[in-house]
Amino acid sequence: MANVRLVQGNVACAMGALAAGSTFYAGYPITPSTEIAEHMAVALPKIGGIFLQMEDEIASMGAIIGASCTGAKAFTATSGPGFSLMQELIGYAAMTEIPCVIVDVQRPGPSTALPTLSSQGDVQQARWGCHGFHSIIAIAPSSIMEIYYQMINAFNLAEKYRTPVIFLMDEEIGHLRERFELPDNYKPEIINRKKPESDLEVYLPYINDQSNGVPPMANFGDGYRYHISGLTHNEKGFYSSVPSVVDTEIRRMVGKIEDNVDDIAQFEEIGAADCDILVIAYGSVARSAQEAVETMRADGLSVGLLRPIVLWPFPTDYFTKACIGKKAVVVAEMNLGQYAREIRRVVHTDIPLKSLTRVDGEFVYPDDIIDAVKEVL
Amino acid sequence: MKKCYEKYFRDNLPQIFCAGCGNGIVMGAWARAMEKMGLDNNDCVGISGIGCSSRITSYIDLYTLHTAHGRALPFAIGVKMCKPEMNVFVFSGDGDCAAIGGNHFIHACRRNINMTLIVINNSIYGMTGGQYSPLTPTGHFATTAPYGNIDPAFDLCKLAEASGATFVARGDIYHARQLTDLIVEGHRHKGFSVIEVVSGCPISYGRRNKIYGAPALLKHIKEHSVPVATAAKMGDEDLKGKWRVGVLYKAEAKEYVEAYQELVAKVQGGIK
Ligand SMILES: Cc1ncc(C[n+]2csc(CCOP(=O)(O)OP(=O)(O)O)c2C)c(N)n1
Ligand code: SF4
Ligand SMILES: [Mg+2]
Repeated sequence: MANVRLVQGNVACAMGALAAGSTFYAGYPITPSTEIAEHMAVALPKIGGIFLQMEDEIASMGAIIGASCTGAKAFTATSGPGFSLMQELIGYAAMTEIPCVIVDVQRPGPSTALPTLSSQGDVQQARWGCHGFHSIIAIAPSSIMEIYYQMINAFNLAEKYRTPVIFLMDEEIGHLRERFELPDNYKPEIINRKKPESDLEVYLPYINDQSNGVPPMANFGDGYRYHISGLTHNEKGFYSSVPSVVDTEIRRMVGKIEDNVDDIAQFEEIGAADCDILVIAYGSVARSAQEAVETMRADGLSVGLLRPIVLWPFPTDYFTKACIGKKAVVVAEMNLGQYAREIRRVVHTDIPLKSLTRVDGEFVYPDDIIDAVKEVL
Repeated sequence: MKKCYEKYFRDNLPQIFCAGCGNGIVMGAWARAMEKMGLDNNDCVGISGIGCSSRITSYIDLYTLHTAHGRALPFAIGVKMCKPEMNVFVFSGDGDCAAIGGNHFIHACRRNINMTLIVINNSIYGMTGGQYSPLTPTGHFATTAPYGNIDPAFDLCKLAEASGATFVARGDIYHARQLTDLIVEGHRHKGFSVIEVVSGCPISYGRRNKIYGAPALLKHIKEHSVPVATAAKMGDEDLKGKWRVGVLYKAEAKEYVEAYQELVAKVQGGIK
């Protein structure tokens, strides 16, 4: 019992980052994410890490990418308006394959909207927010413990795949306080970026011969002097506009994530395999969905829950299979159906899909989900 | 025979600069400064934004980071905070630094973090083909100022000083040896050093302003650059349309990385 505490979601996020080995935070205050910065401001100097409050969210992104170039595990946290400002440099991190983690504690939008309330309105922005061709990893945790563990996973995935990872929380989960307890002697598994083994002269920072599409990454100061640029580049990192070089580079960059979806994707299921009605929900809404599904199952209804923990890359085959034979699918989310649209795309057209949406800053309650299920039953 | 300073360049010629562009002169002056300081390539990072001038980082043989338009300084701060022992050089253009990156510029000055910023001011957006920048003089012409620019220009050096930079100098591409010395002095200074270089873009600026060709542009720059000592003896009227070159401001103030390290020591020492 000694380890049991009551912890807020945003604090669990900061604690998870520290457990993952993060030594660098740069950010700009914004509700409902600010507690993450405040926790890091206290914690980082104690371990000799670096906390910076920058002049805006663009600068925050720049600083964490710069820090990551030197090998630091770096992250930032923000919400809607700040997340919009970060998009150009999230694209830069994707293009240059520099690991970093961006926490977005979602609030309603567009613009200032409802700054203190909750939303899942950035699900598609997380996927497509920056211009051009890229893929991304985005994680949506549902509980305080999951925030902690998945933050560690976020850093691990960023390092393993040399990519920015979006950590999609929302106000509801960010400000929720819940039981926090780690197993005795808990030690997380930590993944670090693969370092080059080649000679200094022949190091290719964007080499295309690795089985999982991820080139080894040298840190500034390691002795490998190389060039990082957001221009399309050849294996050495220098600008190239040769169509075959560009095509190979972009497809490798996208493929290293999309082709490894089985390694990256994570789900939780409750009676999903053999139910008639499948409820799909993620993040804080999945908590309501779980209660709704358990209530209905206790009443003898054939309802199951499927909760994606990793939203992007989108596991097409998994969702297609999971929905086969269902009488109907219900997708509940705090937006106008951003993920439902994605599911609709891959589910057999004969299967009705009900998109339960909410955009007024209010939570999706278990009763809302029960009502939606009864509509399609 | 290879010149000593050539070890600071990569072997990836040809570069993209037009014939007669000032960027090459600045790059040469920087490399000579490196040689004078005897810096090892492995101890240096070069960081830039986007623009013709920002392409310099692909030609110099350091750890190099070619970032996004206007954003070089935040990246540089991330690098420097993690690797205080590294020498950080930031290359930027007048648009990159004073327009889209203006906010980062004043805040980097304010923090007084130990690095050297070289702003290549060619009075124009070179890369995008000649639009006016916040440093294009009033009355000059650009593709987006076809009837003459009505915007007043920043004095970037005054802005740097007012924002907290502790070394501020202006050089120009005609006085290339002086430029080398300014870079050396700026880099040796502990704190945030800003070196504005009055440069020339014969293609996108010169032609539109009836200064045809690189030699004419160099001559124009030579004739309008006034050493600080000379300027001190001149009246405002005589200095109109000209700019002062040399070290404009130097001060001692707390350096940011050091301040942060002291904070860490204080926290770790358990002082509340
Ligand atoms: C966000 C963004 N906006 C606009 C551009 C287009 N752009 C590229 S370079 C440039 C201006 C460069 O001017 P300057 O910084 O003076 O550099 P120069 O080319 O003159 O050396 C602009 C507007 C861009 N790359 N990114
Ligand atoms: S356009 Fe102007 S600034 Fe750009 S390379 Fe040519 S001469 Fe230099
Ligand atoms: Mg310019």
